[in-house]
Amino acid sequence: MSQQPALEVRDLHTHFFLRRGVVKAVDGVSFTLEQGEVLGIVGESGCGKSLTALSILRLIPEASARTVKGEILLNGEDLLQKDPAAMREVRGRQVAMILQDPQTSLNPVFTIGNQLHEAIARQGESSAKTVKERAIEVLRRVKLAAPEERTIQYPHQLSGGMKQRVVGAISISCAPDVLIADEPTTALDVTIQLQYLKLLKELQESSGMAMLFITHDFGVVAKICDRVAVMYAGRIVEMGPVREIFDNPAHPYTQALIGSVPKMVSTSERLSTIEGQPPSLSDLPNGCRFAERCALADDRCRSEYPKVYDISASHTASCWKATPG
Amino acid sequence: MSTPLLEANDLTKHFTVSKGLLFSKEIGRVRAVDAVNFTLEAGQTLGLVGESGCGKTTTSRLVLGLESPTSGEVRLNGNPIHGLTGANERSYRANVQAVFQDPWASLNPRMLVKDIVAESLRVTNWGTKSEISDRVQELMLQVGLTGEQALQYPHEFSGGQRQRVALASALALQPKLIVLDEPVSALDVSIRAQMMNLLKDIQVQENVAYLLVAHDLATVRHMADWTAVMYLGQIVEYAPTVKLFENVRHPYTKALFSAVLPDHPDHQQDEIVLVGEVPSPLNPPSGCRFHTRCPFVMEQCARIEPPIRTDDAGHRVACHLEA
Amino acid sequence: MRRLPLISLGIIFTMVLMAVFAPWLAPYSPTDQSLPNKLLPPFWEERGTVKYLLGTDIFGRDVLSRLIYGARVSLIVTGIALGVGGGIGLVLGIVSGYVGGKLDSLLMRFVDAAFAFPTILFALLLAVTMGQGMVTLTIALSLFLWAGFARVIRGEVLALKQREFVALAKVHGCSPVRIMATHILPNVLNTFMVLLTLNVGVIIVGEASLSFLGAGVPPPTPSWGLMVAEGRGKIASAWWLTLIPGIAITLVVLAFNLFGDWLRDRLDPKLRQL
Repeated sequence: MSQQPALEVRDLHTHFFLRRGVVKAVDGVSFTLEQGEVLGIVGESGCGKSLTALSILRLIPEASARTVKGEILLNGEDLLQKDPAAMREVRGRQVAMILQDPQTSLNPVFTIGNQLHEAIARQGESSAKTVKERAIEVLRRVKLAAPEERTIQYPHQLSGGMKQRVVGAISISCAPDVLIADEPTTALDVTIQLQYLKLLKELQESSGMAMLFITHDFGVVAKICDRVAVMYAGRIVEMGPVREIFDNPAHPYTQALIGSVPKMVSTSERLSTIEGQPPSLSDLPNGCRFAERCALADDRCRSEYPKVYDISASHTASCWKATPG
Repeated sequence: MSTPLLEANDLTKHFTVSKGLLFSKEIGRVRAVDAVNFTLEAGQTLGLVGESGCGKTTTSRLVLGLESPTSGEVRLNGNPIHGLTGANERSYRANVQAVFQDPWASLNPRMLVKDIVAESLRVTNWGTKSEISDRVQELMLQVGLTGEQALQYPHEFSGGQRQRVALASALALQPKLIVLDEPVSALDVSIRAQMMNLLKDIQVQENVAYLLVAHDLATVRHMADWTAVMYLGQIVEYAPTVKLFENVRHPYTKALFSAVLPDHPDHQQDEIVLVGEVPSPLNPPSGCRFHTRCPFVMEQCARIEPPIRTDDAGHRVACHLEA
Repeated sequence: MRRLPLISLGIIFTMVLMAVFAPWLAPYSPTDQSLPNKLLPPFWEERGTVKYLLGTDIFGRDVLSRLIYGARVSLIVTGIALGVGGGIGLVLGIVSGYVGGKLDSLLMRFVDAAFAFPTILFALLLAVTMGQGMVTLTIALSLFLWAGFARVIRGEVLALKQREFVALAKVHGCSPVRIMATHILPNVLNTFMVLLTLNVGVIIVGEASLSFLGAGVPPPTPSWGLMVAEGRGKIASAWWLTLIPGIAITLVVLAFNLFGDWLRDRLDPKLRQL
């Protein structure tokens, strides 16, 4: 049985056109998000993960950036071919997004109820009573206590965790096919983060929507993702089912990244580190972009960009040194 | 028993919330830190762990002398640190320094790195211009930067490098204690590792003690000898880190541990999901402050403050379950 | 990022040139009278002559020369007033913002009072009591400025105070004075410079107004404001007496404002509310 993937990104290139040159922030990214699955995109700052998400929703800053190449297939339709009016129909209905900062995701001068009603009414619901009821219902789904009281409150009266739940509620109110979450828990406390991740997972499982989860934290990936893609300097360097990536990381960057996180169980006294810095995105080398920081790099690595190896059936890595499993 | 390097005795800080312009009236008190007790030996690290509003940052500011306690005291080598003036204050400042969380706000953007690093040296008239210059070079190398980089401005450096500059600046006068307030949270994952390794190396080189404020248990396990878990202004559990990780006793600490994200998809653990939100420190719950969210709450928890029990290893818990 | 505002800079440069090289540029002395040649229009008019390019005033003094020398007066007065008024505002803003507490409340009440104050009236009063002259004028103009500077700078300082490097300076053992001088001051200089350029217009117009009202530069020293005043009664018949210095004032103020906008965007777009 082959189901059409919920989202398919093919060879996406989004560049920034600045005075000092062209910054190839997303430089050939391809992945598939199957229906009902959670795909994590992991990377450090500047790797292009957030911009990939924004490119999918076509919300990149128009003054300086542009998606120059690629296809973004949502249920088979290429989003990059849609005109602005059609894209507006897609956003907030078929694809929803949750951002990192709960403080700025909500408009401080409107009540929670107001903002929810606006989102729900967009879907063509005209009866004010129905809109109100649906708003309360969706607040209950995100387990926000005392939803009726919340609807008349303003964002500043809510804590960070509660605000993220409201943001979550607004996102799922339209029953999207794909939910993109960009570091939604980074600003939350540890125990609140756990609550929220569990909530997202529950919502995702009960509605069957696909989720694209962007994070820098492998712990988040281990907690809720089914598959994960590791990004570095604008490209995906490794991708596969989450267990395989953790058990058998093939790309040296993935290995180093996992190794550099302090563990709860005592392993060694020194954390493994990665020397140097990521390359400048306006001056990328021809070869592997991680080569100058990689202990295994040789001349071939430095001059030729590695092709994508199949480590196993669904696990791939872009590294000359990766041994196919 | 020798005097510990740092001790906090019933340290308390309440912030008054007042109304009115000229003649303000107090309408509430934020009980940010409430009767906190801990000690820290020379060359060791004490980790203060907790979530937002627990009082760990206020505690660190009290230790740094940036705030004065409402009651209680902090002692450095047995001497109280608040209310100092003149030479005593200078001596204190030479012994206690800090590295803060945000690398972008910790360095004056208009000052050259060499001036930032040399500031405490200049203020104390530590030496001649050339002596200070040599010391700056020494410090830059110690934190893994080069001498030439001292002639640059902060904006020319990455986040990780800026934290190194901040560390160099803190080490200038060879302090006995450095307060580290979430020193790696704002850095990229791979850079955090570099910084933590560096901090540990320097601790061994300089025999400097660290008061480490963190929200991440794994970081604390990696770096701290002792750990204090804070909730709503109080220390609920306090133990040598190894002992704490072997045997977590307080329900809040258990919840904190269970909230740690797994390091492998198959290592999912029993989750204790806390109900509700953290209460406001303006109006903390009666009795045990955690009782409103505690999965093991009992009748007396709301009425009576929990007793503090300490075992032979020094593992201290404030909980009725232990009584 | 906008490119250099060349036109604005050109105008400003021209004004500075006029002021500095006045004795060489001006065809005549600004105070030379020539009654037979009084009230001649600019050279492109019927009665005009190239001897007096921009015409003459009621005393036969060359308008062009007076315009050039007037630039000098405007520049000097503006520069000093900005320096004094801006400087006072800067210091008070820093101290008030950093020290806070009752001192801050007190100083800000003074600032509020200054805003409510009829400054021009006070300037006139000064002129009457202290006598007309450059010193009086400069003092009066400084009064226009200090409160606005103090308030804006204080706002910046309040935000700066919260940044970690200020706390670290205390931890390093810096005294409040040292912190204000080495940490706060350099970081408000950007705002200060933008304020300076944006207030040039205020001062030039202020000087013109005061001179117009007779509380500014005493005649026969030319100032653009004075020239506008002198031509007031003859706008219908000798329009060039008022219009030409008027245009000069407008152009220079506009140039400084545009330059100030550009400078602000260049240095810190976050200052957009200024």
